Amino acid sequence: MEFERPDFSLAAAEIFVAVMALVVMVAGTFLRRISRELGYALAQITVIGAAFITVFSVTEPTVRYTFGTMYVSDWLGQVLKLFIYLSVFASLLYGRLYLIERRLEKAEYYVLMLLSMLGAMILVSANNLLVLYLGLEMMTLALYALVAFDRDNGLRSEAAIKYFVLGAISSGLLLYGMSMIYGATGSLDLGTVAQAVYLGAGDETVLKFGVAFLVTGIAFKFGVVPFHMWVPDVYHGAATPVTLLIASAPKLAGFALALRLLVGGFFGLAETWQPMLMLLAVASIVLGNLAAIAQNNIKRMLAYSGISHMGFVLLGLLAGVTDGSHQLAFNAYSSALFYAVSYALMSLASFGMVLLLARTGFEAEHIDDFKGLNRRSPWFAAMMLFVMFSMAGIPFFLGFFAKFAVLEAVVAAGHTWLAVLAVIMSVIGAYYYLRVVKVMYFDEPTDRTALIASSETRVLLSANALTLAVAGLMPQGLMSVCAYAILTSF
Amino acid sequence: MAGIPLLSLAIWIPILGGLLVLAVGGNDRNAPLARVTSLFAAALGFAVTLPLWFEFDAATSALQFVEIRDWIPRYAVHYHLGVDGISMPFVLLNSFITLIVVIAGWEVIQERVAQYMAAFLIMSGIINGIFSAMDAVLFYVFFEASLIPLYLIIGIWGGPNRVYAAIKFFLYTLAGSLLMLVALLYLFYASNGSFEILDWHRLPLDLRTQQLLFLAFLVAFAVKVPMWPVHTWLPDAHVEAPTGGSVVLAAIALKLGAYGFLRFSLPIAPDASMSFQWLIVTLSLIAVVYIGFVALVQEDMKKLVAYSSIAHMGFVTLGFFVFNRLGVEGAIVQMISHGFVSGAMFLCIGVLYDRMHSRRIADYGGVVNVMPKFAAFFLLFAMANSGLPATSGFVGEFMVALAAVKSNFWIGFVAATTLILGAAYSLWMYKRVVFGPVANERVAALTDIGAREFWMLAVLAFFVLLLGVYPAPLLDVMHASVDELLRHVAAGKLH
Repeated sequence: MEFERPDFSLAAAEIFVAVMALVVMVAGTFLRRISRELGYALAQITVIGAAFITVFSVTEPTVRYTFGTMYVSDWLGQVLKLFIYLSVFASLLYGRLYLIERRLEKAEYYVLMLLSMLGAMILVSANNLLVLYLGLEMMTLALYALVAFDRDNGLRSEAAIKYFVLGAISSGLLLYGMSMIYGATGSLDLGTVAQAVYLGAGDETVLKFGVAFLVTGIAFKFGVVPFHMWVPDVYHGAATPVTLLIASAPKLAGFALALRLLVGGFFGLAETWQPMLMLLAVASIVLGNLAAIAQNNIKRMLAYSGISHMGFVLLGLLAGVTDGSHQLAFNAYSSALFYAVSYALMSLASFGMVLLLARTGFEAEHIDDFKGLNRRSPWFAAMMLFVMFSMAGIPFFLGFFAKFAVLEAVVAAGHTWLAVLAVIMSVIGAYYYLRVVKVMYFDEPTDRTALIASSETRVLLSANALTLAVAGLMPQGLMSVCAYAILTSF
Repeated sequence: MAGIPLLSLAIWIPILGGLLVLAVGGNDRNAPLARVTSLFAAALGFAVTLPLWFEFDAATSALQFVEIRDWIPRYAVHYHLGVDGISMPFVLLNSFITLIVVIAGWEVIQERVAQYMAAFLIMSGIINGIFSAMDAVLFYVFFEASLIPLYLIIGIWGGPNRVYAAIKFFLYTLAGSLLMLVALLYLFYASNGSFEILDWHRLPLDLRTQQLLFLAFLVAFAVKVPMWPVHTWLPDAHVEAPTGGSVVLAAIALKLGAYGFLRFSLPIAPDASMSFQWLIVTLSLIAVVYIGFVALVQEDMKKLVAYSSIAHMGFVTLGFFVFNRLGVEGAIVQMISHGFVSGAMFLCIGVLYDRMHSRRIADYGGVVNVMPKFAAFFLLFAMANSGLPATSGFVGEFMVALAAVKSNFWIGFVAATTLILGAAYSLWMYKRVVFGPVANERVAALTDIGAREFWMLAVLAFFVLLLGVYPAPLLDVMHASVDELLRHVAAGKLH
């Protein structure tokens, strides 16, 4: 077999991030005195640099492979990567003051952040089961360490152990499923697997079991019911900047995982996985919304709300399985991508607000900590109002169009009852978002301290929340980006 | 006037004006500036709607002042605005009431003035959007967005139980409208990718589909109207809302549901509308009679007017579903008249509440002795509320009652009891509050209305009387559109 030199340029962003992660680590070890500012600066430079590389390395929307066919570069990957960069960027920026006040600002923190981002990037671009697994593990291992970073805090350690144990089990299940698929088709390459599945090669029972394990693994990473147990505890236990990261970047990467595996690899077995997704989606939307009502801790509430949002993403994915209309399938996947991206934007802003209210020795984790925010800061109360109404799916906010697109796909696929169920649960869901608005606007503040936040945080957080309103007034732009990403990648 | 996007101006001037008010008056120290800015924005918002009335061509049922451009091409959603004879009067009514509300809150609201004024201005723009949207998504977006300002208005400036009322209001109406969203998406799918309401009017649908759609729309609009038995949010919301909130709620927000029937239910599902006529007529009669009795026993003035609004709206839905020109036009006149009359009633109660901080009828008595000018206005509006001839309340009720008798004597007979019940609850309340000896020293200490309140009520009184003695111009505007609608409903879609 002749050795072919891989095209490294397609993976330039990943290579850059990997190198920079090591640079930050070395700098952190040898330049201890200035490492705080340096670590932060280098990490942000890395994220911005990677974004530049991603934007400028892709000129035409073609699907290109490198390292054999292990690694794929397409628009879907680029779009998701850009939003992953944005999540990491926001997590670093919103969380900076929080980390400094809690003396957590160490170089290792930034190294782990960059490594988890690298893992997510690899996962997004993987076209081979092993590479997929490599990216997934890299991302989640770094996240386990990040959750446990504040090691003297019992809550953090508990959350990290839970996250690690359940994450390891789910990785095991995913790996087990992959081994079955390898056994049945004789290949780890997703294209070859898809071909084999399409032609009906391989033992069908083994394949179906393999797909079931894959779906379980994906469901764990998505955190959908009934594999959601870790989500509230980890969101609650982790330091808020880490929660912010966990609530955004891995969901986007998980979306890529689901799309590449189920649609790219196993579309031939769609009738096996579609009912599974339906069950997961319905259970998540119902349970997520109901459980969120009972929460008093805003991080737990957002965790449950995230579970229901992920249910909506799955609704979009499963609506793509129709009687063979490409147009409908394409609409459904782009609606799911649009939902995932919109959710990431909303999630960033919501945890950003929690971080904005936090200060030394005070976490602002309770919904009551938002009491009377309209008196303390009308501007940020309005921003939080935008985020909450957007999450509730009320127009003119982005969240409405995300729901609109997914429901349109679901109705077009003929599952009108699913859409009815989803909207009924949305009404129930609106209650807990309204509750946050209620405490901000209708209650008197118990805490009258002025908000302390750096001006960068104020600007980015405002921009983030305003994006929800602006993109809600003009959703076409983001919608076409998502549609284009799906269209050119499948 | 051709070329000037009047409807866009009617929508965006109040919204941008509201944002401007927030910007200039973010602090209560700047409250006077916020007041002046909002008065200016409301007046300008009203001024741009005037050409809609004067330039309107009453001879055609086609849409006028049309604006259409792409909004979300991916789902073929257009920014499509236009008004016909049915919707145009509501745009004017809404802009006018906003002006009144800004004046009504002038001195009364002392806290977070800019936010208060901005909420009303933004809502005014959104509601103009609802009445002029001809694209279903645009309509829906405005329809839902209108919940946000009203939720904040009730919750921030409302009475003691405001939080409960605000959340109940929001969830009730949201629950209704989300089912409509599924219906809209279904129609999008059934019409091969169009969100144009007018395309849906022409879309052939079988009876079963029509019935399901009709029920989905019914849930949305019945909650909004509100019809018995989903009316329970309204008394709570009215009682807790500040005066301005009650005025907008009664005068405008209740009309949205009824307007929805005319724009969606009847033309999109005409055969289903026919087949569910019994249902709507029954619910309407229950609203008229039962809610009329409920209004009679209220001890709280605002609650009484709130229940009377439900009874009046029962008349409106009844008028729609007798399917003749007299009934539909009567119902629309009733809606416009109710906008003036109920708005004025709530303003009158607001005048009393600002002085006494009580809405209980029992706390009053003999107000006429200390507030004669106010008593005269209040009498006129109470008379109009009970449907006295020569007031606007009479015209609509009479037309609907006549139309109902034409369709079925007993329906007309039951509906006509409202004339007695309406007089009973309105005038009995008036008697207890205004007449008799001065009830207590707090009433004795009342001062009569000032110039601001006088002119505010005088303008409303003028319209109530004008519409009562000379409703013809309003009717002329809507003839063509109503006839077209009824022709369309009578033709049906099943052939």
